[in-house]
Amino acid sequence: MASTPVPGGTRKVLPGFNLTLGYTLVYLSLIVLIPLAALVLKSLTLTGAQFWAAVSSPRVLAAYKLTFGASLFAAGVNVVFGLLVAWVLVRYAFPGKRIVDALVDLPFALPTAVAGISLTALLAGNGWVGQYLEPYGIQLAFNPNGVVIALIFIGLPFVVRTVQPVLEDTERELEEAAMSLGATRWQTFSKVIFPAIAPALLTGFAMAFARALGEYGSVIFIAGNMPMVSEIVPLIIIGKLEQYDIPGATAVAVMMLVMSFIMLLVINSLQSWQRKRSGGA
Amino acid sequence: MSGNKAITTTESAWVRWTLTAIALAFIALFLLLPLAAVFAEALRKGFDAYLDGLREPDAWSAIKLTLVTAAISVPLNLVFGIAAAWCIAKFEFKGKAFLTTLVDLPFSISPVVVGLMYVLVFGAQGWLGPWLEAHGIKIVFAVPGIVLATVFVTFPFIARELIPLMQAQGNDEEQAAIVLGASGWQTFWHVTLPNIKWGLIYGVILCNARAMGEFGAVSVVSGHIRGQTNTMPLHVEILYNEYQSVAAFAVASLLALLALVTLVIKSVAEWKHERELKAAAEMPPERPIAPQEAAT
Repeated sequence: MASTPVPGGTRKVLPGFNLTLGYTLVYLSLIVLIPLAALVLKSLTLTGAQFWAAVSSPRVLAAYKLTFGASLFAAGVNVVFGLLVAWVLVRYAFPGKRIVDALVDLPFALPTAVAGISLTALLAGNGWVGQYLEPYGIQLAFNPNGVVIALIFIGLPFVVRTVQPVLEDTERELEEAAMSLGATRWQTFSKVIFPAIAPALLTGFAMAFARALGEYGSVIFIAGNMPMVSEIVPLIIIGKLEQYDIPGATAVAVMMLVMSFIMLLVINSLQSWQRKRSGGA
Repeated sequence: MSGNKAITTTESAWVRWTLTAIALAFIALFLLLPLAAVFAEALRKGFDAYLDGLREPDAWSAIKLTLVTAAISVPLNLVFGIAAAWCIAKFEFKGKAFLTTLVDLPFSISPVVVGLMYVLVFGAQGWLGPWLEAHGIKIVFAVPGIVLATVFVTFPFIARELIPLMQAQGNDEEQAAIVLGASGWQTFWHVTLPNIKWGLIYGVILCNARAMGEFGAVSVVSGHIRGQTNTMPLHVEILYNEYQSVAAFAVASLLALLALVTLVIKSVAEWKHERELKAAAEMPPERPIAPQEAAT
């Protein structure tokens, strides 16, 4: 191909590199990096003892436990049902498939506060769903169950949308080969298809988990927000802010930020693993 | 296809139907039902009560503030998204992977933490607090803070849609345009933009949906002043906490409609984009047939 650029040569042909990079860096600094620095620097003004007291009080520890546990559980449920939904959407034909496919993105498009009040209305004791569960003593709203349900709602599209394209690209020839060599359909799935989509599934899990850790709007309506029982970490930050405990809020926020960075690193390395996988296949 | 016996790479009918039924039941329960509940709750006391909820002056000012917020933050992030995608997708430079990660960063930070960051910069005890107060400028607990927090949470939407798209398309067409004498702007308007338009629309509507629906970050910086610093999601919260359920769901139903419109536009953009890709794949590579050539 004549148009194959010489390494380093592209920069000279296309204009606008300095302008766009400069603009990107300035805008990124103003909107993201400076506020981020404000948080980190503020936390550095706390003494170690202050910081430790803020991030390790029993109420905060209970919130970590709930946020982590509920996020892990919800992401796990999303992996199972997200894979199922992606599989059905890619492999099978059924009426209304396009509508279902579009609907999967609803949690991205529906404001979290709306999702929160709607799920609460459904699951409260007099709601459409809640009224049938209450006689059996099952309560899904105003306790940790509600947190998990809100987080399942929020995380579903992450798993479906990461697995779906990979499933579309899996080579049918490999499956045909496995089947013609005598593998059962289940063996083909577990030995051929599953390993191919495992990195995407793991990426989707990590994304749903990361999103769930920081989720606020959909959870606070349904959680009941009882201290020590159903209070999530973002709500702890809000509570401290409302009491003008800005140092305390900052300390807990830094803990969440560290967690976000760890998850970002995990997701990035999972994605590069996935790219290598599909590139090598 | 070619063998004497076709190998079926699918499951038996009853497995297919069971899996489809479970998947659809899950979607109905977790996605369709909450969506339907919004409208059912809003109309529970009839259409007049529904309209009353929307006619309130506070509801109207919340709608206006939401529209203003989106009208500022979406164009800002659109310009940024195009600039970031241009330098990241079209050029090679040191630290590119790191820059891409930084662009994605706002997605992984909890909205509540985002709100707190802006309080720490612009709040009364923040970096710029004393200076702002001396000059009579209010940012936190006022409209500018709401806009800034919204810009932060919607920051990556358009950029992350465009970067992979422009990377996949490569530089060949733009280079040809430049070599043939087009200016940078002409190249962008006539060559790049038509190629990325569906991705751009997709990014813009998702960015807009999030901008209008953001709750956590805006909640921290707004101060919840009725009629002044309440966006629609915050207004929903206030009404809901005051047990004005019908009014809360009436405002929520507008946001749910916004979500539905967003999903429709997104799906249409995806289908159109797919169709264009298919049409492009059917054309002979490198050299589309010119009309007079095809005639001979």
